[in-house]
Amino acid sequence: MDKQPLNEKNFDKARKSYQPKPPYVMNCIKAFIVGGLICVFGELLTQMYIHWFDYSEKNAINPTVATLILLSALATGFGVYDKLGQFAGAGSAVPVTGFANSITSAALEHKSEGLVLGVATNLFKLAGSVIVFGVVAAYVLGIIRYVWSLIF
Amino acid sequence: MTFLWAFIVGGSICVIGQILLDVFKLTPAHVMSSFVVAGAVLDAFDLYDNLIEFAGAGATVPITSFGHSLLHGAMEQADEHGFIGVAVGIFELTSAGIASAILFGFIVAVIFKPKG
Repeated sequence: MDKQPLNEKNFDKARKSYQPKPPYVMNCIKAFIVGGLICVFGELLTQMYIHWFDYSEKNAINPTVATLILLSALATGFGVYDKLGQFAGAGSAVPVTGFANSITSAALEHKSEGLVLGVATNLFKLAGSVIVFGVVAAYVLGIIRYVWSLIF
Repeated sequence: MTFLWAFIVGGSICVIGQILLDVFKLTPAHVMSSFVVAGAVLDAFDLYDNLIEFAGAGATVPITSFGHSLLHGAMEQADEHGFIGVAVGIFELTSAGIASAILFGFIVAVIFKPKG
């Protein structure tokens, strides 16, 4: 490193040279395997609900997602999911289980502040952005598609 | 065979997320938000349904399917009720996921003690 004094301009550059480079390929393989396995487990649940509980192929998504969310919330409570998250990165964050994990962990983290101001207020602290962006995008696209279908 | 495609497609979506995290240095919240928007955009062009038919849970379990379900419910109601239907139906298909996430998240947070 050159002996330039640090200022606001070169700080970001200098900071980057000290950060460890993430093992890109290894992280992607881990994410692929864990994310894939979660989806295979989801497929297993879907097939189970179709065969044993008489759900139609479309409706079987609902109990599957609910089951995955329940398991993920429990795993977060036991502290297992966070360990999985450290190993798998996006592999555990991208499936719907990661959504449930962000809700449960945010609520657990603020438990000491009480039930109302801690748990209930912070429930959507991390997952709120997902819902906000999802609703805004779906609303705008829905209006566009509806207008499109009226014109043509 | 569906299981293999579920593994491959679901895993690939997670790899895209991992690349966004590592290479583009996005936070997990940014990645999840982008994926939801991506799912809604894919559904707007009727592409996501093909992916679900092809990969099953490989397409329904990742968070992209949340955006797809939001738009899908909105469009179903829009056909019946017009403009207000978009607002009426937006949570129609995702309510199971959101309600169970709130319920189970709350119960677990009340029962368990924070770790670490």
